[in-house]
Amino acid sequence: MKTLVWVEHDNASVKDATLSTVTAAAKLGEVHLLVVGQGAQAAADAAAQIAGVAKVHLADGAAYANNLAENVAPLIAQLMGDHDAFLAPATTNGKNIAPRVAALLDVMQISDILSVEGEKTFTRPIYAGNAIATVESSDAKLVITVRGTAFEKAASTGGSAAVEAISGTGDAGLSSFVGAELAKNERPELTSAKIIVSGGRALKDADTFQATIFPLADKLHAAVGASRAAVDAGFAPNDYQVGQTGKIVAPEIYIAVGISGAIQHLAGMKDSKTIIAINKDEDAPIFQVADIGLVGDLFTIVPELTSKL
Amino acid sequence: MKILVPVKRVIDYNVKPRVKADGTGVDLSNVKMSMNPFDEIAVEEAIRLKEAGKAEEIIAVSVGPAKAQETLRTALAMGADRAILVESETEVEPLAVAKILKGIVEAENPGLVILGKQAIDDDSNQTGQMLAALLGRPQGTFASKVEIEGDSVSVTREVDGGLETVKLSLPAIVTTDLRLNEPRYASLPNIMKAKKKPLDTKSAADYGVDTAPRLKTLKVTEPAVRSAGIKVPDVDTLVAKLKDMGIAN
Repeated sequence: MKTLVWVEHDNASVKDATLSTVTAAAKLGEVHLLVVGQGAQAAADAAAQIAGVAKVHLADGAAYANNLAENVAPLIAQLMGDHDAFLAPATTNGKNIAPRVAALLDVMQISDILSVEGEKTFTRPIYAGNAIATVESSDAKLVITVRGTAFEKAASTGGSAAVEAISGTGDAGLSSFVGAELAKNERPELTSAKIIVSGGRALKDADTFQATIFPLADKLHAAVGASRAAVDAGFAPNDYQVGQTGKIVAPEIYIAVGISGAIQHLAGMKDSKTIIAINKDEDAPIFQVADIGLVGDLFTIVPELTSKL
Repeated sequence: MKILVPVKRVIDYNVKPRVKADGTGVDLSNVKMSMNPFDEIAVEEAIRLKEAGKAEEIIAVSVGPAKAQETLRTALAMGADRAILVESETEVEPLAVAKILKGIVEAENPGLVILGKQAIDDDSNQTGQMLAALLGRPQGTFASKVEIEGDSVSVTREVDGGLETVKLSLPAIVTTDLRLNEPRYASLPNIMKAKKKPLDTKSAADYGVDTAPRLKTLKVTEPAVRSAGIKVPDVDTLVAKLKDMGIAN
């Protein structure tokens, strides 16, 4: 089987979730990558070094500068004439583009796969991860999005694939990019961080959240997350949200501070390797999934912990 | 301008789903069902656009069992003007739903279709994007702000790392994210009025759509359960544990 993976990049390097997607694709067959962008040669060169990649297609042009699905999907659909499976990371960009490709190919997409069980059989979470479905596709071609935390990352070096420039399908003329407000963040990215410190509603307000959570996160070189309750209350920005409707994370260590452990939050972090919970309520549901729990007042525990590390 | 709002009847988001013992799916018998939360946000957004004078009529549509009428009545009680039920007692996959919606769009010519970004049962996150592709129209997915400006719509999207804004020419497809708005509760008088609003019943065949599934569910299982670990008495013990894991000096 010949697979095509859409590469998420910042014009210089390849994002981690794409490396996991390459691992999933390699389980199906030969891996080809597609780098789409404007001024993306360096990203294509980086993609060519990923271990196990046979070929990199590069479509470079103004229409591809901002991952507009209206422009990218027809290009992918065209390339799928020569490929059997299309895979994208289940990031916001991947989730935006892949179903548009699937519909153009008249294929029912398999979203957010957790494992490859066979040539056309996959597992995927349903009901926010409260159940795992094993599904088999009957379509001639496959369109798949891949949950990054469920697959090991492919090595970013060791490969030496050829990069082939391809002509694009141009601007569909349906949409345009106006601008982005991306949160400035010196810390590791939430979805690829090794350690995450997350705060909940018990943090009281935005200032207290920062004053309590940030020093601990900085000491551990950790990413900062938040529960939906904390985000809705305005303590932390939207993109900090971990949970069913936020980001799905699976770091080595997840430290939940003042988070009670609602189902919606657990759905986003329960695959973390080690979960540490700090909460004053000893009956909080978070303790049912935590490997290490500490019951007490977070406002004394967290500063003490930060100073002793 | 008309706005079309597809809504899905799903398990209530407060109910913990239970996997059936025979592994064929999730047990939905005697379980509270509600409108998919993202679809409620879609209905609310359509109503706000109508209240702001940007739209004249809101049509709610559902593809599902006869009982999905209740979901449509909820949309009507919130403020939709009329409803279409495309009845199917078997589950219809997102691709087939998108094809049915394409048929409805071609019949009704709405300027906007606003959908929830995903349903909380199958978590597919596909229907809006698929509909946009089938119609050759632009898509503004995961919207946290929607502003109509003449013959285009500006959509602010929740993306990894922050927000991004795109401008789409109308007609367009929008899918909602959580923070777009807070849906209203229907008042009792409006619930009573909703009973008299028109609700048409159709079938997938009326739109020439084959709903035979493309994906076969082989089994459904419980996820691996995590068991509770230990509780430590104080910060010093926690620090010692962290040092054992090699993450503290």
